[in-house]
Amino acid sequence: MANSQTLTDTQVLEDVQAARRVKIGLISATVRYVLLFSVGLVMLYPLIWLIGASFKTNSEIFAGAGFLPESPTLDGYIKGWQTSTPYTFGRFFWNSFLIILPKVIGTAISCTMAAYAFARFEFPLKKIFFVSVIAILLLPNVVTRIPQYILFRDLGWLDSFLPLWVPSAMAGDAFFVFMLVQFLRSLPRDMEEAARVDGANSLQTLVYIVVPMLAPALISVCLFQFMWTMNDFLGPLIYLSSVDKYPVSLALKLSIDTTEAFEWNRILAMSVLTITPALIVFFAAQRYFIEGISAGGVKG
Amino acid sequence: MARVQLKKLEKVYGSFKAVHGIDLDIEDGEFMVLVGPSGCAKSTTLRMVAGLEEITGGEIQIGERRVNDLPPGKRSIAMVFQNYALYPHMKVRGNLAFGLKIAGRPRAEIDAAIEQVAKILEIETLLDRLPKQLSGGQAQRVALGRALIKKPEVFLFDEPLSNLDAKLRASMRVRITELHRRLKAEGLSSTVIYVTHDQIEAMTMGDRICVMQAGEIMQVATPKELYNHPANLFVAGFIGTPEMNLLDGALEGEEFVIGSQRLALGAHVTSRLSTLPGQAVLGVRPQHLSLVREAPALTARLSNAEFMGHEVYLHADLEGRKLVSVVSAGEFEALGGSELIRLRPDPAMLHIFDKSNGRNVSLLGGRLAA
Repeated sequence: MANSQTLTDTQVLEDVQAARRVKIGLISATVRYVLLFSVGLVMLYPLIWLIGASFKTNSEIFAGAGFLPESPTLDGYIKGWQTSTPYTFGRFFWNSFLIILPKVIGTAISCTMAAYAFARFEFPLKKIFFVSVIAILLLPNVVTRIPQYILFRDLGWLDSFLPLWVPSAMAGDAFFVFMLVQFLRSLPRDMEEAARVDGANSLQTLVYIVVPMLAPALISVCLFQFMWTMNDFLGPLIYLSSVDKYPVSLALKLSIDTTEAFEWNRILAMSVLTITPALIVFFAAQRYFIEGISAGGVKG
Repeated sequence: MARVQLKKLEKVYGSFKAVHGIDLDIEDGEFMVLVGPSGCAKSTTLRMVAGLEEITGGEIQIGERRVNDLPPGKRSIAMVFQNYALYPHMKVRGNLAFGLKIAGRPRAEIDAAIEQVAKILEIETLLDRLPKQLSGGQAQRVALGRALIKKPEVFLFDEPLSNLDAKLRASMRVRITELHRRLKAEGLSSTVIYVTHDQIEAMTMGDRICVMQAGEIMQVATPKELYNHPANLFVAGFIGTPEMNLLDGALEGEEFVIGSQRLALGAHVTSRLSTLPGQAVLGVRPQHLSLVREAPALTARLSNAEFMGHEVYLHADLEGRKLVSVVSAGEFEALGGSELIRLRPDPAMLHIFDKSNGRNVSLLGGRLAA
């Protein structure tokens, strides 16, 4: 009898402790989420405000810090899309697309080949070449601006898209080459050796075996390149002089300093449109994006 | 027909000589096992045959062709890797088909070949799975299939079973040996070079075994020959479980002197000796060291007995030298717990090695040359 009494007591005690653990867990989760939510809100608020404000009237924008428009209007979008130039904003999106497409595809192909060479082959002066890749990585961009400008001017490429994508399509972005080399080094060579025994040559091995294994890193390379190009302001500013060739980043600036006299709702509306592709692509591919970034450093 | 010949094959990495000009002749259809401790360059040798490693010196011939400068795909070889090396993004079917696709074979032929190989290896139900959905044994069978489907002249295996658990390893061993026999019976080219560090694999699978150490060949012989007539101290110590007892001592007439003990060898042992070494090593396998009651025998102190079921491993101490003897459980019972035991080596199974160069000097003339 005494025994069963003790047993029951222990059980009751355990139940009480379990209940307490659940309660503590609940409180800690609540605190954690409230904290995360509030910090997240602080960080995201400018973006939320931007979207909200793009539907406001010009006078309402500066009336308060709230993001909900009192009388939502599409005026900013309609007028902003038309722009003060002979072209609509669609033209500028198309220009951006014409730069981004060859640049991203070219980067993916050229950087993969360069990285494959560095990671898998022995060739004369390999070390010196690789050191120069790293050196380029460390070089500030501004240093190369003037020599590059002079070079492209002499090639007659000014006011064309060529200076904006050709260097990248020739593995000119050392960061991507480096990232892919690191990723490749972490991949076992056995599959490539198996492919060689199966009769594949170097190019076939690259295309059929290495590229599929490299996919996560390659996707983040493309994403990075897409976003950086979409956001690039200085490049187009330096090389493009005709308005009909402007990409969105320049076009956005255009609406600030011309006749509109600060029609803020148009500017904000076009800003929302400008960041939309990047946001869509990022959310669609964020899994690969994160995988690619972490794999470069952590794997192997 | 694919006889594989290695002639004065050398591999040098910077200042390190990994393979020291080895000669090896592998007959058509032979199952040759390269065995040795890790770092003995057995895998390097195999990879040179495969063409995955460049050759520093010497020559490799497959069939009548000198293949030194041929890429792996043109050597008519297939290789099975230790960690399977299946293409992770392709299904099993794609893995099997890859080599044939690269070779530009027609679709129908590839499908038929996959069917056939899948049936032999019992992987028909796995064809539409990805490698990550396979168990170790299944993955190794697929890797085997990928080699088989190419109908190569030479199969190369690089420690294919070392990632599998003991039970699976035993069954795969039988499967590979049977497959080799089957290919041979069908008249297909079936020369095999099999690298392993596991002497059980070597002993059970090989037609002949090539024992390597530090980039040199120690002995090439059939498993039986290796076990019964090791050419040198290294092979004697490497092959056999438990290891051969190797006792330092000296030869004096027909007696072998170990510390204060003398063991009469008898004329039939001394007459076998090709030379008379000053410093010698007596080698005898634990299985050939029996418990006796009277001389001639070595007296040792029993330090430990390991009961293995039908037999007992006796660990004894002979004036500071370790000795192991394998006796039957009955014999061990009969000992009755006495500490001092007498062990007599079987004179027919006893080896004398020259300590200065490690050579077995007690082999009969003909064997010494082999």
